[in-house]
Amino acid sequence: MTAETVLVVLDAPAETFRKGQLELLAAGRILGSVSAAVTGPVSEAARAQLAEHGAAAVYTPDGADLGEYLVGPTAAWLADVVATAGGVRAVVLENSPAGKEAAARLAVRLGAGVITDVVAIEADGTAHKSVLAGSYEVRARATTGVAVLTVKPNSVEATPANAPGAAEATPVRVPEGAFATAARVTGRTEKPVSGRPELTEARVVVAGGRGTDGDFGPIEELADALGGAVGASRAAADAGWVSHDLQIGQTGKTVSPQLYISAGISGAIQQKAGMQTAKVIVAVNSDPESPVFEIADFGIVGDLFDVLPQATAEIKRRRA
Amino acid sequence: MGDSLKIVVLVKHVPDAQFDRHIGAERTLDRSESILSELDEYPLEAALQLSEARGGEKAGNEVIALTMGGPDAANALKKALQIGAGSGVHLTDEALAGSDAAATSLALAAAIRHLGDVDLVIAGMASTDGETSLVPAQLAERLGLPQLTFASSLEVDGRTARIQRDGDGHSETVEAALPAVVSVTDQINEPRYPNFKGILAAKKKKIRTLSLAEIGVDAGQVGAAGSLTWVASAEPRPARTAGTVITDEGDAGVKLVDFLAAQKLI
Repeated sequence: MTAETVLVVLDAPAETFRKGQLELLAAGRILGSVSAAVTGPVSEAARAQLAEHGAAAVYTPDGADLGEYLVGPTAAWLADVVATAGGVRAVVLENSPAGKEAAARLAVRLGAGVITDVVAIEADGTAHKSVLAGSYEVRARATTGVAVLTVKPNSVEATPANAPGAAEATPVRVPEGAFATAARVTGRTEKPVSGRPELTEARVVVAGGRGTDGDFGPIEELADALGGAVGASRAAADAGWVSHDLQIGQTGKTVSPQLYISAGISGAIQQKAGMQTAKVIVAVNSDPESPVFEIADFGIVGDLFDVLPQATAEIKRRRA
Repeated sequence: MGDSLKIVVLVKHVPDAQFDRHIGAERTLDRSESILSELDEYPLEAALQLSEARGGEKAGNEVIALTMGGPDAANALKKALQIGAGSGVHLTDEALAGSDAAATSLALAAAIRHLGDVDLVIAGMASTDGETSLVPAQLAERLGLPQLTFASSLEVDGRTARIQRDGDGHSETVEAALPAVVSVTDQINEPRYPNFKGILAAKKKKIRTLSLAEIGVDAGQVGAAGSLTWVASAEPRPARTAGTVITDEGDAGVKLVDFLAAQKLI
């Protein structure tokens, strides 16, 4: 390995890696030659993807399943992978809660600085992020030999590498004692799958709030016409109209899509925190005083039950 | 002591998000107009419920609010005492200024070890200023404890803590033996407000101040010197400005699609 190895940490896929995971490999390549650390078994198809996206080595856990535990053992294993790989300059992880936590614990083990919520990386390791609910842009660097970065979706294009990597399978044992003080997953309930894009990765998000009065039909239909994801305000999630997974805002998800359509959401500061880095914002609200109109590129004062179905029908008509 | 618990709740004094927040020339946050982070009311409520279910202070349960920060940070502790924490601990030292997550978790870990025999450390899901959510996980790693994070429910059964955690596409039950570090979301409970009785009672409660020397941490391990990240620049993002606002006259859906087409979004 060269001194410029970047370790990209990926959750094991059921079949193949998602676009958001391939983006992490592209982000890693900005800093050097990438290798992948995958937390479970890798199918042939997934290994081929890793090769296409430049991974020199593919590290997998040997001798234990990391899936039943929260991040403690994963961090312990990753620290051993960093030692095995040698010359690691940076570790790149997903910006999910689990990704940030693995980053946090790994960084303590490595004595490394962590930067979360990264949206761009410079070749010298400087990372860009938004802070204070999107009101400031910060450029920051880890001052340590290894930097640990968690990178947000849609920050880097998931293009294949110029030259494919060998993607050499390299099992690394999970260290003894890693599970001694670990939290353990003892139950798991799967939720229904929507078939829509993942909220934080979607290019288009249509979000509904209190103004839907519990009927997300028009929101979902417009989202589907645009190939987008459905989101919600905290008020809508708290009312039980949609799952909290869809909540956008300070205590929910942060999204930065190309297009964000807000319908029936007033746009309080906590909601803005989750969406104001969207490229284009469209707002539909019956109250002309709604704060959301202060940040919308295009605002419509009107009833979402009239405006959204008409827009959905118009999109379908133009495509027909 | 039976099944009584000694619980440390991490609280933070943060700039009020309802006002404009600023990063100063030193690339650190302007901390005037600060309040107890609203996301720290949830762990405090969770701790109080665990304590009350076990007979409260009379039965040997302790809820200690711990903060780290300058003199003003004591305000966050006072609020926590008014809400119901039994005592407050204020880790304060000039050398702590400018600490990143690594330095913060190092100092808090030392303070928690100094308090001794803590069964649970409970934090919020994030601070409303830094928003990195790194500290609970780093604290768990430094203390060698299991972490149960982003809990939407928390129960303690004997020496086992059990949480529910909602992820994308699934919901999990996660368990760990005490002592443990827990972080809780805003879904876990409805935090109580301080009442008149609580405000009076808080005046008699103690806030203990700890310095770095008392917890055995060198100045060089924390603050800007002990931080492992460096902020090169911090620029205000140009404020979004209002664009066109129209009133629906029966064709706003079509006009919306015209706008999307003009922006090449469809």
